[in-house]
Amino acid sequence: MAEEFNIDALAALSRIRLEPAEKAKLAKDLEKILGYVKELAALDTKNVEPTTHALPLENVFRPDEVKPSKVRDQVLDHAPKREGSFFKVPKVIEREE
Amino acid sequence: MELHKLTLKQAAEFSKANPQNAKELFNALKARAKAIDSKVKAYLSLIEKEPSFETKGILAGVPISIKDNICIEGCETTCGSKILKGYVPPYDATVIKKLKAAGAFIVGKCNMDEFAFGSSNESSAFGPVHNPWDLTRVPGGSSGGSAASVAADEAIAALGSDTGGSIRQPASFCSAVGIKPTYGRVSRYGLVAFGSSLDQIGPITKTVEDAAILLGVIAGHDPHDSTSANLPVPDYTKSLVKDVKGLKIGLPKEYFVKGLDPDVEQAVRKAVKIYQDLGAKIVEISLPHTSYAVHIYYIVATAEASSNLGRFDGVRYGFRAQSSNLSDMYLKTRDEGFGAEAKRRILLGTFVLSAGYYDAYYLRGLKARTLLKQDFEKAFEQVDLILSPTAPTPPFKLGEKVDDPISMYLSDIYTISANLAGVPAISIPGGFSKELLPIGIQLMAKPFAEETIFRAAYAFEQATDFHKKKPTL
Repeated sequence: MAEEFNIDALAALSRIRLEPAEKAKLAKDLEKILGYVKELAALDTKNVEPTTHALPLENVFRPDEVKPSKVRDQVLDHAPKREGSFFKVPKVIEREE
Repeated sequence: MELHKLTLKQAAEFSKANPQNAKELFNALKARAKAIDSKVKAYLSLIEKEPSFETKGILAGVPISIKDNICIEGCETTCGSKILKGYVPPYDATVIKKLKAAGAFIVGKCNMDEFAFGSSNESSAFGPVHNPWDLTRVPGGSSGGSAASVAADEAIAALGSDTGGSIRQPASFCSAVGIKPTYGRVSRYGLVAFGSSLDQIGPITKTVEDAAILLGVIAGHDPHDSTSANLPVPDYTKSLVKDVKGLKIGLPKEYFVKGLDPDVEQAVRKAVKIYQDLGAKIVEISLPHTSYAVHIYYIVATAEASSNLGRFDGVRYGFRAQSSNLSDMYLKTRDEGFGAEAKRRILLGTFVLSAGYYDAYYLRGLKARTLLKQDFEKAFEQVDLILSPTAPTPPFKLGEKVDDPISMYLSDIYTISANLAGVPAISIPGGFSKELLPIGIQLMAKPFAEETIFRAAYAFEQATDFHKKKPTL
């Protein structure tokens, strides 16, 4: 199992920094869980259609109409940081030294 | 009269009699929570400001408690996670709108496993809930706070959510009634998403009648949730008849295997006998893909969870870790904001969806889900209901399974299939173990056959007195 996943690559894909002790424990847990989940390979799923939804749902359309919404200010209000009508985040591109 | 002991039905009658009564009820519940919640820890927050008490509607002046992953305007919604600490939704979930329109008011937000990831309530960032029947044991999860508050008479009735058993398993562990409706029966607008092809909101109550009333209020189509079914909502209280004559009830032979606690098995066998005596016909059936349910679930549910939790990045709401650049902010916010189980599931879901593994895990999981769903379709050609244990054991000890994720996941083995197949399922009080711990009985039916479930659940409840027993606190 161990060769199958790289915990660092997975953490990077998931955008989660992991402390070394936690990383080791999570890697062990994942190895165990994947080992268990892998038993599914014993099941013959050839020629079986995948189920993405429990009920036969079709695309739902509605007219594209503008409706009044008072939530913009409320939504911005509980952002950790805002400036005017924008969410504010730290620097995206850092200057090369 | 001890007002906190009222059922939903009784509370509605009490409040209707006199508009002042709703206020009395509100204060009685707050006093009850104040007296015992330091032991049970079912609530994350109680509404401080006195709400306005409606006098019209079938739930006029009735207090309801809400799992903390359902949005209420102006009321902190944390999902039991540090990453949402301080998040105050600017809108009501559709179920909240419907409750308010029926005259109900909200008393508090119930504790839960972080983002509903768990079967014991121990993954809550704000500490576990304790089972009112034995404070050293778990209340089940993830709607553990909702179920414990109802069992401990700190709530008249509550709403929970169920992705793999999160309403039914805690209802079983706390001796309450909990129903997961058919996928699409209740709008999820305003429910913080976990597994979007599995999640449903449903009632946790003291009686079957209360569950029927409450589901009738919250069910129905909602333009804000494109997965909600555009079907009329029946009056579920009309199904509350003490008559199961002619109903065919299936017993899946794959459910009575190793791992099933002998006391639980005995309770189920006794339930079978009661149904037989009431005139139902018991049929042995087969659900051949049962042993793969947990495997399928931990692929599908974690894949969906890892996508749904992508939105928690420190930009728009809740917690943000201090950092000097954007990418660092994401990494640190998600490290410090999420607990261990949330990280486990995000990593697992990311893995099964990642390039190179998608076909072997995620796609295989979806195909296996088809086979499992077909098991149910075939079974329901034969029978009206499927009877089973809700959980394989009575409530376990706090801390017992924390370090063993697979054993924790297996405590949902009987409930997971209903979510994968999309069928409705209820857990009702089915007796007690030798140690006097609650045992739940599960009934499943075909999609949108909640009426059959209520009919059979009510008949069983009226023929037994398990639901009348209360924990001593």
